[in-house]
Amino acid sequence: MKQEYIITAYSENHIGLLNRITIIFTRRKVNIESLTVSQSALKGISKFTIVVNETTDKVVNIVKQIDKQIEVLKAFYNTNDEMIFQEVALYKVPTKALMDSDQIEKMIRSHNARILEITSEYTVIEKTGHEEETQALFEGLNTFGVLQFIRSGRIAITRSPVERLSEFLKQRDSLFEKLEEGSKI
Amino acid sequence: MTSVINDNILDQEPVEITGSEAVIRSLIAEGVDTIFGYPGGAIMPVYDALHDHHHNLKHVLTRHEQGAVHAAQGYARVSGKVGVCIATSGPGATNLITGIADALIDSTPLVCITGQVISSLLGTDAFQESDVIGITMPITKWNYQITCAEEIPEAIAKAFYIASTGRPGPVLLDITKDAQFAKVLYSYSKCTKIRSYVPEYPADKLLLQKAADLINNSKKPYLLYGQGVMLSGGEEELISFLNKTGIPAAGTLLGLSAIPTDHPLNMGMLGMHGNYGPNIKTNQCDVLIAVGMRFDDRVTGTVGTYAKQAKVIHIEIDPAEIDKNVKSHVALIGDAKHTLKSLFALVNENNHPEWLAEFEEARVIEEEKVIKNDLAPLKAGLTMGEVVRMTSILTDNRAIVVTDVGQNQMAAARYTKFEDSRSWVTSGGLGTMGFGLPAAMGAKLGAPDREVVIFTGDGGMQMTLQELGTIAQENLAVKIVILNNHFLGMVRQWQELFFEKRYSYTEILSPDFVKLADAYGIPGCLVENREDLEGEMKKMLDHKGPYLLEVHIEKEDNCFPMVPQGKSVAEIILSADELK
Repeated sequence: MKQEYIITAYSENHIGLLNRITIIFTRRKVNIESLTVSQSALKGISKFTIVVNETTDKVVNIVKQIDKQIEVLKAFYNTNDEMIFQEVALYKVPTKALMDSDQIEKMIRSHNARILEITSEYTVIEKTGHEEETQALFEGLNTFGVLQFIRSGRIAITRSPVERLSEFLKQRDSLFEKLEEGSKI
Repeated sequence: MTSVINDNILDQEPVEITGSEAVIRSLIAEGVDTIFGYPGGAIMPVYDALHDHHHNLKHVLTRHEQGAVHAAQGYARVSGKVGVCIATSGPGATNLITGIADALIDSTPLVCITGQVISSLLGTDAFQESDVIGITMPITKWNYQITCAEEIPEAIAKAFYIASTGRPGPVLLDITKDAQFAKVLYSYSKCTKIRSYVPEYPADKLLLQKAADLINNSKKPYLLYGQGVMLSGGEEELISFLNKTGIPAAGTLLGLSAIPTDHPLNMGMLGMHGNYGPNIKTNQCDVLIAVGMRFDDRVTGTVGTYAKQAKVIHIEIDPAEIDKNVKSHVALIGDAKHTLKSLFALVNENNHPEWLAEFEEARVIEEEKVIKNDLAPLKAGLTMGEVVRMTSILTDNRAIVVTDVGQNQMAAARYTKFEDSRSWVTSGGLGTMGFGLPAAMGAKLGAPDREVVIFTGDGGMQMTLQELGTIAQENLAVKIVILNNHFLGMVRQWQELFFEKRYSYTEILSPDFVKLADAYGIPGCLVENREDLEGEMKKMLDHKGPYLLEVHIEKEDNCFPMVPQGKSVAEIILSADELK
């Protein structure tokens, strides 16, 4: 059964790695629902957050293939309820619509959104939340005519107290030490 | 400044040299003695540097870049070293693609070096520019574009480390022409570690014990060995393990020659055209130990009915292979050699006479229904099987056998007898027609003291036959046996069996191969009758240089046994009658 998974991968910040990772999905005809890449807490290490709607078997297979890339430090996968995640959305509405009634203002309050910029022509509103939440605000605002709308890819963080990567890097250091000592047998 | 040619390449004192000179010195520092390639505009500085090093780095000029990459594969497979090939940008690089894809799926260590347009022209559709990094991304273990000379030594060191460690595979370095021309303060040190890459994992003691317990309590254990045994140098460990436990074993297509064919516990080959017993027993064993193999669909048949009754122990160096096709009960991530050695200490001495007798029963059935007809046919037409077996007999099972793809390959796999490891070079995963001839010349250079025989078909031979030119120029003593049935035999077989004998474009006209060889100065002979086979083959093997033997084979012979696609290994058929 397909469900939404969040794949997280930590990698060296190298040219071409994004392509190496996305072709793993392309080859299996798996659609990427959202993709975010940015520098992680550790300098020089990038973090990929990829959302897919797939079966567990396929996700496991994909994560192993990502992990196999030389410059990937580690890849994980989680279901939505195992992570805290957010997206950010920006909406541009005509300022006139904002002025004509208090409806938009009420909407901004009830959705916990905020205004980033107001000009005489347009107003830019920002809202963070899950896709359903940013979408709900879009539906509401669109009754007044949204001029432009953009939603970011998902970012996510685990519910465990420490960054998995630093834990993982520690483990890897001891693994390398072990291998160097030739203690593998 | 004129470049200083220093034979002591590993001299630690940094010297200022060109990027192209650094390429060559780095290759020599990695122990490379032979490379295969084809020059062109964007790689000319490297070729210029090669000119100064011909005494310690042999370059073989192939007739096509595909020939260069397949030759590098053949070289790597028999020698255990990294194969190196070199090509220019654009079409030179794209001609390598088939071989790179082949090397990835068959775990062959390669370093491919391509020239690239000067860096300021990247992305401008310059003459002979193509996005080689982009194109090869899905088919390389790693690739990297070098745009300045300073990167060259480190990138080459990484390339060799990545290609040869863990599960081996092809690596591509794309070097812009300006980086080849530029000066670099050169010194070389080998790569021994990359923090984001773990080539092997330490053995898990608990899992080893769990595997040993399964094996020790098993009534019908069965071991499948793949190429991983040879890649890890674990042949002796496998034989010791089998001898101690008395477990029957069978090889995948790429695992052939890891243990001698006539070892009493070697039951034969797995897979679509493998042996009868080894296939059906997969679905009867209680513990299945898979060593250094990846459960390719040609091995498993329909995977939904594969070895469902068995507890599966999977010994494999590549974690991505675990549970990919067949779920394992115990996964031992590690190389075959070390894992078998660790497991050896934990397993009991044992023997399984009744279980082995079941394999023997199956063997007798196959002997009667298939092998007899292939090796001692009553009909006038020659079979591929008898030609292959004759070669084994005349070479005391000591030759390196290279094949092309199709019926010739399956006949060679089924009827060659092996004594020594790394004696089998074939394109398994990708099934690349045209692989054979260039791979054979690479094999000869990788193992110059051994007899190298290639079995190819009339189809595959014509895909890369320009390499006869390379063989002639280098005087490579490759013994070419063309099993000519005047058809693209394997496709014709499928058309006969599964497409109502509608022979759609499988009848193929060939040149007079003996005359063709003669045009290159390569002697040869055509065999049409059984009584001439042994004599002519002896002549071929006695000949010091290259030789071409064309053998006319029964036109519409089929390769059996066969696990028809979509069927279970238990549903293997021994003749076409069973399809009716």
